[in-house]
Amino acid sequence: MEYLKVFVTGGIICAIAELLIDKTKLTSGRILVFYVVTGCILGGLGIYEYIENFGGAGATVPLTGFGYNLAKGVMKEVDEAGFLGIFTGGFKSAAGGIGIAILFSLIACVFFKPKSKG
Amino acid sequence: MSCKKIGQTLFFEKEINITSTSSFAGKKEGEGPLSKYFDFVSDDDMFGESTWEKAESKFVKLAFEKAVEKDGSKLSDLDYIVCGDLLNQCSGTVFGTRDMNVPYFGVYGACSTFGESITLGSILIECGCGKKILAGTSSHFCSAEKQFRFPLALGNQRPLSSTWTVTGSGAVILTENGKGPKIECITTGKIIDMGITDASNMGAAMAGAAVDTIVSHFKDTGRDLQYYDVVATGDLGYVGRDILIKYLEESGYKCGENLTDCGIEIFDREKQDTHSGGSGCACSAITYCGYFHKKLLDGDIKRLLIVPTGAMMSSTSGKQGESIPSIAYAISIERQ
Amino acid sequence: MDTSKKAKEEYSKIVDELTPKSKILKDVFRSFVSGGLICVFGQFLKEFFLNGGFEKEEAALLVNMVFIGIAALLTGIGLYSKLGKFCGGGTIVPITGFANSMVSSSIEAKAEGWILGIGAAMFSIAGPVIVYGITSSMVVGFIYYFVK
Repeated sequence: MEYLKVFVTGGIICAIAELLIDKTKLTSGRILVFYVVTGCILGGLGIYEYIENFGGAGATVPLTGFGYNLAKGVMKEVDEAGFLGIFTGGFKSAAGGIGIAILFSLIACVFFKPKSKG
Repeated sequence: MSCKKIGQTLFFEKEINITSTSSFAGKKEGEGPLSKYFDFVSDDDMFGESTWEKAESKFVKLAFEKAVEKDGSKLSDLDYIVCGDLLNQCSGTVFGTRDMNVPYFGVYGACSTFGESITLGSILIECGCGKKILAGTSSHFCSAEKQFRFPLALGNQRPLSSTWTVTGSGAVILTENGKGPKIECITTGKIIDMGITDASNMGAAMAGAAVDTIVSHFKDTGRDLQYYDVVATGDLGYVGRDILIKYLEESGYKCGENLTDCGIEIFDREKQDTHSGGSGCACSAITYCGYFHKKLLDGDIKRLLIVPTGAMMSSTSGKQGESIPSIAYAISIERQ
Repeated sequence: MDTSKKAKEEYSKIVDELTPKSKILKDVFRSFVSGGLICVFGQFLKEFFLNGGFEKEEAALLVNMVFIGIAALLTGIGLYSKLGKFCGGGTIVPITGFANSMVSSSIEAKAEGWILGIGAAMFSIAGPVIVYGITSSMVVGFIYYFVK
């Protein structure tokens, strides 16, 4: 049951993205930006928490979850560090993910060459 | 210049013949229906080089040298090379021809470059500036994607209207009083912008230019579609061809089986997953140099109107929301 | 060719008519299933790490690490673009899609060297995500600071 909720939540979030791609011709870069910002705003409004409570990883694995994480991080930092937390909270919460992605990108460059398609 | 000009169309007084052609095709093109017509087919798009750009320049060199060799002449016999490609500053053909030691004109007509090169080459001969000229072009799927679109390994979807940039290089040798199909007349297109902004629907962006040039050609020459055995546009693909047919019929020109598109001929749509068809400078170039040229020599076609089409946007203009200006050149080639 | 405003509007209508439409239902269904499955795998990993004694935040980071690692590998061997073609939004939106955008941009720029190529190109697609993600977090933080 738990996994079904995860599946449906994640599935719907991805399906909405596909609908946007088909209907609006938005490129994937724009979709990702839209998702992060949306997740962050919904996080700030306290709405995304409900989605996470319901859908678990279905809500955190899509990029909206990354945005939600930024909102959570900044609010936590404001609680702890006050005004300056506004500027550091987002980056702090994203640091791990971005750091890993940079490292893995570089490692991939060591081992792989560009490949042709088709 | 002694040639006759009616409207946009130049009729050449001199006998300008295509005395040889060469075509180099990439892996995917080599798996397509025209495979057996190409001079070379590479089984590796990197072509033994370290970058896509180097690979493109290497097969430019190969294709151009092959055209000269098939003509039975030497590079030093060439009065000029007129060529261009899709990469910034035409670097594909510049780097490919840098060791050739032949006077050079670099031209940019996006995917219509093949038409532009032949046009300018023919005019040079007509003016008496030369007797033997190489006109050529190239494109590479990977270098073009890298410059104009997305990284190759990005997991995005290609819309059904998108076309597939042909990897390859084609060249013709234009010779005064030579032996081979004759360049009879050429209609130079105008830049036409029908307001299309969707870079994944280039056929639609270019169809307007193709309509304009073809209709001008018919008006200037008093001909219609049936005058030619084959009328082949450059890279409109299925989407662009349908638009072209609609507009030509509206202008009173009946379209039949003899109207085709190089982008449709070069790939097998069902098996090769190329969506709307092939595109890129090499699309019309290698389809002519490999396929149509052979048909002209064999007598299967006597009169051909080839209309290379080009979408003249840049990666900057696209981001700035500009629509896509386009061009088409109509070249009438007759079997001698 | 008539290029007046009216003719362009007419042209655009004809283009819309003659351009094949993507099969939305099929595309959306594929995205739903593939995206859903990726998230289920994420949930499985999260529980695996939680059961392994990690804190909630540590587990979340480890899940990301596994996902980014898998995405980097699949991108490198050229499989991610094939998956993306089939799954669409299902492989773009999850964190794996974010990683794919970074790894694919980096590998593509390898020919231009480590500094000006890979280093500069890595964030060519992911950069805006960070810029506007962080900016919106500052907006959220700013408002939160005053209303909490």
